[in-house]
Amino acid sequence: MILKPNLEDLQNIAYYLGKIILGLGLVMFIPLGIGLFFGEINPALDFIIAIEITLLSGLILTKFCFSNRDLNWMQGMVVVALAWLLAMFLGAIPLYLSGHWNSYLDSCFEAMSGFATTGLTLVQDLDHLSFSHNFWRHLMMFVGGQGIVIIALSFFVLGASGVFKLYVGEGREERILPNIVHTSRFIWLVSITYLILGTAILTFFLRLDGLNFMQALFHGMCIFMAAFDTGGFTPNSQNILYYHSFAIELVTCVIMLLGAMNFNLHYHLWTAKRKEIFQDLEMRTFFSTLIFTFLIVAFGLSQTHIYPKTMLLFRKGFYQLLSGHTGTGYSTVYAKQFIQEWNPLSLFGLIMAMSLGGAVCSTTGAIKMLRVGVIFKALKEDLKKIILPERAILAEKFHHIKEVFLEDRLVRSTLFITLAYLGLYILGALVGMFYGYPFLESLFESTSAAANVGLSCGITQVSMPSFLKIIYIIQMWMGRLEFMAIFVLVGFLIALIRGK
Amino acid sequence: MKDNFKIFVFSFCFLFLILSFKFCFAKVLSSTELIENAKEYDGKVVVYQGEAIGEKIKRGNFFWVNVSSGKQAIGVWLPQNLMDKIKYLGNYKTRGDWIEVKGIFHQACFEHGGDLDIHAESISVISSGGIKEESLDIDKRNLAMILLGGLILGWILSLFRKK
Repeated sequence: MILKPNLEDLQNIAYYLGKIILGLGLVMFIPLGIGLFFGEINPALDFIIAIEITLLSGLILTKFCFSNRDLNWMQGMVVVALAWLLAMFLGAIPLYLSGHWNSYLDSCFEAMSGFATTGLTLVQDLDHLSFSHNFWRHLMMFVGGQGIVIIALSFFVLGASGVFKLYVGEGREERILPNIVHTSRFIWLVSITYLILGTAILTFFLRLDGLNFMQALFHGMCIFMAAFDTGGFTPNSQNILYYHSFAIELVTCVIMLLGAMNFNLHYHLWTAKRKEIFQDLEMRTFFSTLIFTFLIVAFGLSQTHIYPKTMLLFRKGFYQLLSGHTGTGYSTVYAKQFIQEWNPLSLFGLIMAMSLGGAVCSTTGAIKMLRVGVIFKALKEDLKKIILPERAILAEKFHHIKEVFLEDRLVRSTLFITLAYLGLYILGALVGMFYGYPFLESLFESTSAAANVGLSCGITQVSMPSFLKIIYIIQMWMGRLEFMAIFVLVGFLIALIRGK
Repeated sequence: MKDNFKIFVFSFCFLFLILSFKFCFAKVLSSTELIENAKEYDGKVVVYQGEAIGEKIKRGNFFWVNVSSGKQAIGVWLPQNLMDKIKYLGNYKTRGDWIEVKGIFHQACFEHGGDLDIHAESISVISSGGIKEESLDIDKRNLAMILLGGLILGWILSLFRKK
């Protein structure tokens, strides 16, 4: 028998959703300030309207569904899944009002792409978009990368034990510090510190390129936010190619790598335990898969003879690969070039890298390195079991922050999430093929959406079918939250309808 | 001697026609045409029109300026004297100069890290850009006022509820 959620469940969910929405409303004051600073009248009005709607929604939910009960697991997961959907609907309001998006669906696509740090875009005439709207696109990535709920955790101290459920629901399981609120605040501390450093370095290089200080600062901050949160938006339509700069490419490579690292590892780096980088299973797996997929891409590109020099191969082949592997989506080639100039082998290498992603407890999407490492460890253990005498007792271990025993339960949950990701990649590819797109292009775009990468081979554009846009939105949402919260939401809705 | 001269002139004209057709495309091309047929136009002189957008990026005595023909923009590499012809670069508050660029197109430029670009030989401003006037959107202003009223009302009601 399925138990129907009671009124208390709904009230609790609505109350915590309200808190998160209020947090989002406060964040919108930043682009409003930018708009006022640059004297952008109508864009500022767009944000005033969006803030009013957001705060009003948050106010209604928190005041009229007031609750002082703690969240249980089911409620926590439902709150997270719904919070991301609501953030998409509310975050899309200023975008839609700007007139640079063809429909509200396109604005929602952009907002989800921003929050989920994907980077696929449906904006029109980006080169004439206001500073405030452009900043909002990048800020969504910065907020979404750290976690929408993390904001609420950091700024409004929610219930004591309930917060961990929200934290887990957002696709993070590891505590860096014993207290989850302190963990959230540490994540913000790391991000803000790197934001200041990264923006300063990028601004310096852009100033050398002749941009005035305000332009350089704006571009530097936007590029940093989208690179560190492995998002992939840029202020102009040509993405990183706009700057024609090797220095900017190198700096973004470093920022993308930092963004793909586990926040736990950042903590160890900050506390002078640098050896962790070389010992950690995730980082070892990351560098192994990066080399392996680069060999595939490089071999594929060498067959095409487009980039015959090493430097060209690095700036075009390696840059797109690192961008894909870290889930960023920064690009120095045009979308159509992937299909017309890269051969199937190099595209396969890139799709493979995109599907793997970076570290757990980072801002990347996709399967993630710890899971890939665990699967390889499990495979190694199984092979050993076959080779060694039956009576031999095996205990496989790996190093991830500490020494961890490879248990069946861990392997099972790892395989479950990995299969779910593979299923999600295939689902999007099938829908793409249903609309007549070729297999490789469909798989490329689907993997990019579901793994929150943002590289495009040209399918993502305003004229694409609306249903495909919705599928990509769902993929981005599911990929970012790592399934569990969404599965619980589906179960909750079924219980709401069919429960007794 | 006269026949030889005629043959020479004829051959020269023939070669000129063939080569100019093969290496120079007088038709004005869009960014989409260039990107989607990059292999065909690689290393050839092309004529490209579009709006100069963003910022000028300085590199020694040369500049990068990105030129958008609508859907996509292409980087144009040009010397100082050509850059001086461009006055307005498009952004939210400015409509950029609409320029015609004649130059060598590269599918993957060896000089610039494999970028797809155009090395300009000449440019001309087709129509000059300018500062865009921004007027207050009355509908948006009214909506903002109504919502502000709703927000204040909601806040007051919530105070009563708390009591």
